[in-house]
Amino acid sequence: MNTALFVTQLVNGLQLGVLLFLVASGLTLVFGILDFVNLAHGVFYMLGAFISASLAALSGSWPLGVMLALPLVALAGAATERLVARPLYGKSHLAQVLATFGLILLADALAMLIWGVEGRTVALPAWLQGRVAAGVVELPVYRLVIIFSGLAVAAALYVWVHHTRFGMLVRAAAANRAMAEALGVDTARLHAVVFILGAVLAGLAGALITPITEASLSMGSDIIIVAFVVIIIGGTGSLKGAFAAAMLVGLVDALGRAWLDDLFKLAFPAEIAETAAPAISAMSIYILMAAILVLRPGGLFPPRARGR
Amino acid sequence: MMAALALLPLIAQLAHQPFWLDLATRLVILAMAAASLNIILGLGGLVSFGHAAFLGIGAYAVGIPVHHSIYGGASWLASDNGLFHFALAVGAGALFALVTGALSLRTKGVHFIMITMAFGQMIYYLLESLETYGGNDGLTLDVRSALPGIDLDNPAQLYWLAFVILAGVLVMTWRLRDARFGLALAGARENARRMAALGHDVTRIRLAAYVLAGAICALAGALMANSTAFITPAMTSWPRSGELMFMVILGGAGRILGPVLGAGLFVLLEEALSSFTTYWHLPFGLLLILAALWQAGVFTTRSGGART
Amino acid sequence: MRKFLATGLVLGMSAVAAFAGEVRIGFVTTLTTPAAVIGRDMVDAAKLAVKNMGGKMAGLDVRLIIEDDGFRPDTGRLKTVKLIKQDKVDFLTGYIWSHVLLASRKPALDAGKFLISANAGPSPLAGKLCNRNFFSASWQNDQIPMAMGEVLNQLGIKSLYLINPNYAAGKNMVSGVSRTFKGKILGKDFTRWGKGAQLDFSAELAKAKASGAQAIFSFYPGKAGAAFIKQFQQAGLDKSMKLFTVYTIDALSLPKFQKAGLKVVLGSQSTHFWSPDMDNPANRKFVSSFRAAYGRYPSFYAAQAYDAINLIRSGVEGARGDLSNTDAIRAAMERADFGSVRGKFTYGNNHFPIQNFYLREVVADADGNWTFKTVKTVLKNHQDPYAKDCPLK
Repeated sequence: MNTALFVTQLVNGLQLGVLLFLVASGLTLVFGILDFVNLAHGVFYMLGAFISASLAALSGSWPLGVMLALPLVALAGAATERLVARPLYGKSHLAQVLATFGLILLADALAMLIWGVEGRTVALPAWLQGRVAAGVVELPVYRLVIIFSGLAVAAALYVWVHHTRFGMLVRAAAANRAMAEALGVDTARLHAVVFILGAVLAGLAGALITPITEASLSMGSDIIIVAFVVIIIGGTGSLKGAFAAAMLVGLVDALGRAWLDDLFKLAFPAEIAETAAPAISAMSIYILMAAILVLRPGGLFPPRARGR
Repeated sequence: MMAALALLPLIAQLAHQPFWLDLATRLVILAMAAASLNIILGLGGLVSFGHAAFLGIGAYAVGIPVHHSIYGGASWLASDNGLFHFALAVGAGALFALVTGALSLRTKGVHFIMITMAFGQMIYYLLESLETYGGNDGLTLDVRSALPGIDLDNPAQLYWLAFVILAGVLVMTWRLRDARFGLALAGARENARRMAALGHDVTRIRLAAYVLAGAICALAGALMANSTAFITPAMTSWPRSGELMFMVILGGAGRILGPVLGAGLFVLLEEALSSFTTYWHLPFGLLLILAALWQAGVFTTRSGGART
Repeated sequence: MRKFLATGLVLGMSAVAAFAGEVRIGFVTTLTTPAAVIGRDMVDAAKLAVKNMGGKMAGLDVRLIIEDDGFRPDTGRLKTVKLIKQDKVDFLTGYIWSHVLLASRKPALDAGKFLISANAGPSPLAGKLCNRNFFSASWQNDQIPMAMGEVLNQLGIKSLYLINPNYAAGKNMVSGVSRTFKGKILGKDFTRWGKGAQLDFSAELAKAKASGAQAIFSFYPGKAGAAFIKQFQQAGLDKSMKLFTVYTIDALSLPKFQKAGLKVVLGSQSTHFWSPDMDNPANRKFVSSFRAAYGRYPSFYAAQAYDAINLIRSGVEGARGDLSNTDAIRAAMERADFGSVRGKFTYGNNHFPIQNFYLREVVADADGNWTFKTVKTVLKNHQDPYAKDCPLK
């Protein structure tokens, strides 16, 4: 096996995993703590991409565009929480799925009205465009930046949840909502904060991916299902689980895409292998999820009893 | 309502609007698929997010034999015989439901939603990888299923066949709901533990309902293939499962005629709104949100809308 | 439910009643999803074509009825049926995507309508499934990559890596370039396409680099194209490999590339049947009136839509406005004598154009806008390789 290719793929898988974690962490908190199934979580990912691209074009600086975009995404998150999510807390999952699916359609149509259909692209500043030599390979600086900023966010989240008073309340609410309420926790405020934080993290992921791909309509609904797969594999409500599952899914996807067709060529004619490999590698994360659910119905880090 | 539907081909003929018949056929077939979902979702309270997979299985159970009967190959499968197609559709749908149902029913709640979605996605990517049958591009059926005494190339006859089967499915759902089986299923929805304590094998009852729903939906898929004469893997993608779910919910989950109402609303909304504006997702999304909020009882003081 | 049906009835009845003395053209294209950027350009061009002919063909009023296929073959097929049965159109055109066109073929041709592709040129329609009432106003999918393979030979490229989307047109591109390219193909990747298409090509680019090929050949229309080119540059491959694309850099994506300052695009070469700088009266009029009306350069999609409407006009005029005389309409269209923006061409037995293909390069025009310049002719009077499978004479 080609070592340089393997290392490159490993980095690509990690980078995908980090982005998935940013989207999935908010999703898993909202689901674990608020018991709210938010199909529209990907909307914030799309908003982060579009707003940061527009602001980068206006201000001439991409990092500045990202900084300015996040408060706006937070605002969108706050509005969504207040108008759609909050009335549905504690209601059936079915109503939540219906409402948030409607929200996706609404948001995509609004984005089409605001930004048009053609999408937005941004170029990286020169200092992020280089590559660094790392042993046998040359890696793009920007992909490493994504990985490190994602890891930094994950570390900050960990500290916040495990070593601050507010984080303790969040954990308490996740473990046993009724108990937390009985102890006088201001759950309405806590819920809003968790929801908005999730929106901002997804927005950050969207902003980070834009220089690699571009801001486009429907990018939110493209990622949301994978994000759900991640939180299910990880165990709903668990940040640790979301992190492990995001990395697992990222690596399976990147390595599958690189070697599955070679693997298939051992058993099938080249023609079939070339066609089947993309399909099977697309399927791989669903196979992974189904297998994990059958063997460990609660995911890798199953939620503890929640007292409901 | 059903009487109006029964007379629709005549109305379309009188009004010189043959396209109405196409819309009505779509409505009736979608209603059949929704009615099958209603058995597990409405009566059983099992939220399946992968039901469109059965539509695809039924459609390809027609498409693949027809393809081979025209272009040769796989002579054991090649056939124009509609009875064979329908039997194959029902058999394949039931078999897939039996295997995936047995696995999925080990989970519950949102995990059930996600694992059924995962199986749906697997069928989607599987069909997409079938290069012989058009892959991603889909398959055009150059001839329709041949049935004794019924000419499916005649739109009115196809419509009436679909209509009669739909009526049969609705009557069966109605009889089932009030039978011992239906009561046990509904009992398990409200309190699975109590039903188990009363000596019911809850998983087996649910699996039976799941298999029945899968078989009916596959039959709807076989009719859909005959109606459109074109099939594609996209029939099985998760947004389609979502659409079926919304038809059931919009019509009132668990109500016998609910799926017909929901499918009717869906087809008319899609047609009416999309002819007004390309931004029709905007009002449609808003409507879904409002419907969900209303269904969850947000606008009224009583708690809970339809039982879910 | 009854109430809703009643509303439906009223809506339907108020929609249309047949008017004589009108040419009805159904235009099926994509107006939602990110691919709508292509559909919008085509609709703009089709409307411009109608306007430039004074809204009349052989004295009949022209009515353009536009429908959105939502990038879905089943929706496209349903809209086609609606246009035939409800709007009672005489011609069907538009059709960006191979799969939408293949799905709509049967209802359109079974109803005896003229079906004119303004973009998609899938191989079955050029070969076994060709039909006397089907015409292409564009090209057959294989032709443009075949021209590209020829260019690669002329440049002395000896080894190639192919990265393309996993659907019919992607396969046609690969088979096209493989037909003419004489060097070695060191590897092939097909990536996920359609709903949830793959946009991160790091894995494939890393494999291409490891293969040691001299150049990469790719086909990524729409949003994937921008992503692909950026990542090609970010991975540092622009230093060691050459990138050759078809349908990836076009007039729709150039303004976006320019705004983002992606200089790697300037000077990149691609093959095509048309370029905005082609010097003939029809093209000069098309490009200048398009720029005047919409403030941007037309894309090749727009050029094809413009040609499709003018092709229909030549048919209607050939029958002197008698829309029931389909034989006269067909005979007139077969002459391909409608003042195409690509210059003179002829139709083959399968109703696909036999035409020239050119090498184009991205340059900045006098005002600094990025556009295409024709470099040279690569293939002269080229016919697609499937015409021999077509039973039509």
